[in-house]
Amino acid sequence: MRYVALVTAPATFELTDVVAGPEDDPILKGISLSVPCEGILAIAGPSGAGKSTLLRLLNRLDDPLSGTITLDGRSVTEWEPGDLRRRVAMIFQTAPIFPGTVFDNLCVARPDLTRDRAEQAVDHVGMPGELLDRSADKLSGGEAQRMTIARALLTEPAVLLADEPTASLDTASRQTIEDLARELADGGVPLVWITHDTAQLRRIADQAVVLVDGTVVASGDLRELDRHDDSRVRELVGTPASDENAS
Amino acid sequence: MNPTDVGLVGLAASGILVAVAVAISLWRHLGLERRLLWAALRALVQLLIVGFALQLVVGDDDPLVFSAIWLVAMQFFAAYTTWKRARDIPSVFGLSLLAYAASSLVTLGVLFGFHVYELEGRTIVPLAGMVVGNSLSATVLVSRRLFDASRERSAEIEGRLALGLSASDAFQPVLRDSLRTALIPQIETTKAVGIIFLPGAMVGLILAGVDPAEAVKVQISVMYLVLGSVATTTTVMSLGISRELFTPSDQLIRHD
Repeated sequence: MRYVALVTAPATFELTDVVAGPEDDPILKGISLSVPCEGILAIAGPSGAGKSTLLRLLNRLDDPLSGTITLDGRSVTEWEPGDLRRRVAMIFQTAPIFPGTVFDNLCVARPDLTRDRAEQAVDHVGMPGELLDRSADKLSGGEAQRMTIARALLTEPAVLLADEPTASLDTASRQTIEDLARELADGGVPLVWITHDTAQLRRIADQAVVLVDGTVVASGDLRELDRHDDSRVRELVGTPASDENAS
Repeated sequence: MNPTDVGLVGLAASGILVAVAVAISLWRHLGLERRLLWAALRALVQLLIVGFALQLVVGDDDPLVFSAIWLVAMQFFAAYTTWKRARDIPSVFGLSLLAYAASSLVTLGVLFGFHVYELEGRTIVPLAGMVVGNSLSATVLVSRRLFDASRERSAEIEGRLALGLSASDAFQPVLRDSLRTALIPQIETTKAVGIIFLPGAMVGLILAGVDPAEAVKVQISVMYLVLGSVATTTTVMSLGISRELFTPSDQLIRHD
């Protein structure tokens, strides 16, 4: 079972001098960053570092106080918000469940959804087709998160933003979502995934951006970050002790 | 005796009923005596003033402009009261003023347009009073519910926005729930009328010696007026507040 990406061009975000958060106390303090969306990019950092604030800027759930953000060379403010959000889909820590069945929930993303297409959509995320008729609020935490991934994928996004999607799940469900993320990334849907769980970061990430106190302290692939001079960076990306000793 | 002529003695005698309420409060140690007396006195003074003022505008020879001024003043006062009860909601004064005005225009437009009542001071002021007075609590209720729901259901709303829905589509389920909550009590009251209680206008007319069948006709038109005005006011208010809760880029504004 593989998800076949319908949009093949990789998405790239460019952030320039971005300040964001409350005006009197910004959370992001002037970050500039290029985010090529390939594979799984983890955004790591301690609580309050600005990870969620950064993610919400990428699909314009929020706007920065200053600075610019472009997607594929075009300012995100030039996109019609709905078009941008369908291209840059997002899943959340707590899966937002809408009233009705799983099928009803999927129809919110695509009102013209057929039964066959809905069955494919749930099959892509490893859910049996019979669940389509189940009331969405009766799903387990893991099933609900898989449903929200299926729902987000129905908008045929070029990239999927994930804001700690496994933080409230048990180990087995977390594993399922991580495996699904890997399948999606390998199948052509890159993910930008927030985590402060270093073990998870080691399991899933190809690259990482490390945020501390509203600034980017490092970014790159994990092998580079494991050799980073700043011990905080190595700690936040969970560099194994053997690599620590080698550096 | 003219059945409508209560007289000063009659008025004083009806005050015995206030005394009954005060006596109950004293007997059961409710501590409400002062409040009861103040409420009864305040109602008396307010209504006497209103009655005197109404004499100036509802007479057959009084120009309609007096009624129009009364109507506008009433709407401003209702908007002010709405603002006082929900002042944390953005633009609530202007929006509620617009809602009361729109509701008066639609409902009074129908009643006068179809000559259900003749356009004169005697009809404009009381009917407009019914529109505004009965819509006030529903307007405050729907405003509060929408504003609170935008915070309590923010995850659900942003979940829809993140799927590419417009702000109005993403907020539609919340809007529907809030409007239903505001309208259902009015629908229930309309259903129960005549069985559980006899409404004020009908009671007043019957006491004033009008034939009950005629009184019923007036009452029905007033009830439909109230139903229509509550529906119109809450809808205009809800749509207005919905716009205040989002940016032009379809972002939910946080009011923490």
